[in-house]
Amino acid sequence: MSEMQEPVDTAQIPDQATARTAANWAKRVTRLDVAEVPAGATGINVAGKRLNSPIQGFGRLWQKTYQVHLPGDVVSPRDLIAMWKQKFPQFWPEGNHFYGPLTGIAPGEVALIEGTLPGRLRLSTGVMVLYADEESFTLMTPEGHVFAGWVTFSAATQGDETVAQAQVLMRAGDPIFELGMSLGGHRQEDKIWGTTLLNVAKHYGITDAEVEMAAVCVDKRRQWKRWTNVFKSAAIGSTLYMLAAPFRAVFGRRG
Amino acid sequence: MTEATATFEVRREGTAALVDIEGDVTAGSEAVLMAAYDQAGDARAVVLNFSGLSYMNSGGIGLLVTLLVRANRRSQQLLAFGLSDHYRQIFELTRLDEAIGIHDDERSALAAIGVTGVGR
Repeated sequence: MSEMQEPVDTAQIPDQATARTAANWAKRVTRLDVAEVPAGATGINVAGKRLNSPIQGFGRLWQKTYQVHLPGDVVSPRDLIAMWKQKFPQFWPEGNHFYGPLTGIAPGEVALIEGTLPGRLRLSTGVMVLYADEESFTLMTPEGHVFAGWVTFSAATQGDETVAQAQVLMRAGDPIFELGMSLGGHRQEDKIWGTTLLNVAKHYGITDAEVEMAAVCVDKRRQWKRWTNVFKSAAIGSTLYMLAAPFRAVFGRRG
Repeated sequence: MTEATATFEVRREGTAALVDIEGDVTAGSEAVLMAAYDQAGDARAVVLNFSGLSYMNSGGIGLLVTLLVRANRRSQQLLAFGLSDHYRQIFELTRLDEAIGIHDDERSALAAIGVTGVGR
């Protein structure tokens, strides 16, 4: 290293810090915009909706963590996250479709989701990419989603292993979803993220990986003042949309 | 999964506890932030000073949600000041601003909770 070093221009430091973070966060939006609806998706419960943090949710506040351990010589955390961002929809379990941007996960992008609820009810919803850097990315839910909050996907080195993680911070969106979560919804969510992580492991040829799960109830209290969230429920919106399909077919043809 | 890269210094101003934050706030900051919060004790309000914040990721925002729950449990108000325009926008985007009172500076944050005549 040279003895002579350029003096540090401290005035530049805040700008660098802002630039570093600004590129990783989504730009502020009041309501979500769905530019293009891919075939198979509806976008009905996403366009025009506001984002909901756990503060706007109804149910108990949960932090659920899912991890899978991979040999560190197979993939580094940064390479894993780069791959995961690029191929995110491929790792979703069967029966659920994630319509992400073709260019991969990037801050501010809106992705549509077509899922199924118990009773074979269809659920059309979506997420926005809130944050993304080289080691993690976060998806945040809109009003009407099953839960209010976000899921952060990350990877880190632990000893000689690379640990891939999905961490959910959520409150059920409304009283009906809260009831549903306690009647199998949590199990279904565990299955979604557990399967996703196993699929990530399989991508690297690891077929005998096991998923570790931990759930912490951060707040047992329900936010009863948020019960009116039910009027924006994506489940209700999706059901009405399905019931109206014959009418759309008839009147759509006339138009 | 990450290590702490921020410090949280607690000081008292009347019935408020001020937490001066320096460095990067990430999920790895949980233990030090909660330890700082415990020092706040029975303060009527907890005021977060973000003037020394250099970086915060989504894990850091998640920590603030957890902190808010703990503050609500103790019937404490949670306020913040010293946020850059960028992080103000992040608070608005994540709708944390609906539960955490955002102020321009320490004096106005303290005034909002009735602590007057002090503050920088």
